[in-house]
Amino acid sequence: MERPLTQNIHAGRQPLTLKEYTATGGYTALQQVLKNMTPGEVQQLVQESRLKGRGGAGFNTGMKWSFVPMGEDAPSPKYLIANADEMEPGTFKDRLLLEGNPHQLIEGMIIAAYAIQANISYVFLRWAYKKAAQALEQSIREAYHAGWLGKNIMNAGFSLDMYLHTGAGRYMCGEETALLNALEGKRATPRAKPPFPQVSGLFGKPTIVNNVETLCCIPHIVNKGAAWFQNLSYSEDGGTKIYGVSGKVNNPGAWELPMGVTMRELVEEHAGGMKKGYRLKGVLPGGASTDFLTEQHLDIKMDFKSVTAAGSRLGTGTMVVMDDATCPVGFVHNLQHFFAQESCGWCTPCREGLPWVEKILWAIEEGRGKEEDIELLQMHTQLLGPGNTFCALAPGAMEPLQSAIKYYREDFDRHIREKKCSY
Amino acid sequence: MLSEEEIQDIDHEAAKLPYKKAAVIEALKIVQQRRGWINDETVRDIADCLEMSPAEVDSVATFYNLIFRKPVGRHVILLCDSISCYVMGYKNIYEALQQKLKIKFGETTADQRFTLLPNACLGCCDHAPALMINGNLYKDISIEALDDVLSEYN
Repeated sequence: MERPLTQNIHAGRQPLTLKEYTATGGYTALQQVLKNMTPGEVQQLVQESRLKGRGGAGFNTGMKWSFVPMGEDAPSPKYLIANADEMEPGTFKDRLLLEGNPHQLIEGMIIAAYAIQANISYVFLRWAYKKAAQALEQSIREAYHAGWLGKNIMNAGFSLDMYLHTGAGRYMCGEETALLNALEGKRATPRAKPPFPQVSGLFGKPTIVNNVETLCCIPHIVNKGAAWFQNLSYSEDGGTKIYGVSGKVNNPGAWELPMGVTMRELVEEHAGGMKKGYRLKGVLPGGASTDFLTEQHLDIKMDFKSVTAAGSRLGTGTMVVMDDATCPVGFVHNLQHFFAQESCGWCTPCREGLPWVEKILWAIEEGRGKEEDIELLQMHTQLLGPGNTFCALAPGAMEPLQSAIKYYREDFDRHIREKKCSY
Repeated sequence: MLSEEEIQDIDHEAAKLPYKKAAVIEALKIVQQRRGWINDETVRDIADCLEMSPAEVDSVATFYNLIFRKPVGRHVILLCDSISCYVMGYKNIYEALQQKLKIKFGETTADQRFTLLPNACLGCCDHAPALMINGNLYKDISIEALDDVLSEYN
């Protein structure tokens, strides 16, 4: 089984230096692109590979690039941004790529920048990833030194600068348009769309924001082709995927596997099954803002379409397992506390609704819940749902809530009936 | 007053950006790194330096979790309270820290040694529970390990 993204990443060792990365075939894709391909051809190739965004939304990457104005009349400068603000609770996949092989990301970014003809690029890194920050700083310096960054790269007439920006801690920064505001030194509130960032993004210029894992796929697609990339996958979405499992399993971790492995394979084989004495009660398949799935769903494929068909979302592909000794009400309260705290406060349903939801859940958990509270929570899942807010934070927060009420209703009712939490 | 060195560092960041204001988050981080937290005077000084109003600077300073607008102790403990750490029992770690340090979340010990804060997901979910002190990450943290960890910071 091929693991293009992580084949050269080994736990416990230092990130690959430029020399080591080059020895594994690094920067050959960039040379190929600069010498033999037009920006349009790169966009076309990536579109054909069926690479979908790995940050959670799952949009075709090449298609996203194709919305950027090209040609001599296009606004300038254009920007390419790597979203490395990984902060979705339960998600730790990009960290592996950032700490293990930063040049792979840098090469992917240069090729992506070439494809949209951007001359300035940023890595937006979350503050907590100290090790990744060091590795990136060092690698960007090396890349400049070797002539992979800077003016007139390889005498091909293409120039690119790259900067590392570390955030100051706020979940909102991972949202594409809020990230742009953060980079501009503002409060990280989302922007109304349209205009979309591809047309008017950072400092009002055309901008592409791609997730780290997405960008790391690019050099491999160039080297081995779109058909090869599609064939890595067990599903219609191309490529491998970095999946992760956390919770009370024997071997929590992250692994690069063909896109579309089953949840059962992830939990039972790679994560080593549940710890002794615990049963699996539910999972959030792709981070805190995805709907619960349960034991009955273990055989579904972890790809964008299949997880959606089962009533949830692939999201980031890093799952959180809820065991039978963990109270579902307390679990969901913890999630809503996070979302309420991280709401940027820009739009009313999110700013006012999430703290209310958090309070209701806490009351139920403490034995002060009333029967009508369930209806009140269900009403919130509608009012804070898609279409009522500027960004996906509140609708995302409602996903685990609505599905918890669906699958664990008896737990909610019992708290209210017995006026206590029995876990 | 901002020090010469602080102004130099802020100017260095601002030079990379199309306009000065865009460097405000960096400016806040630069000053906080030296002084521990951002007081009202600093807000005004940064505003002068970047040609913004103090209210604009404060709107940014109060938005980000890791910019401190109140004094903190010599060492800041960030305990992850997000979902994987919740499942793996961060609350037990919190209780133990409360007993040892006699402070709750948001408080600083009387000797100014530690400030204890909750923190959203540290991205260390496969080694939960996790905490961070002064930027150093501690994984798979247990109550038994706490004394050793805390003793590294005086």
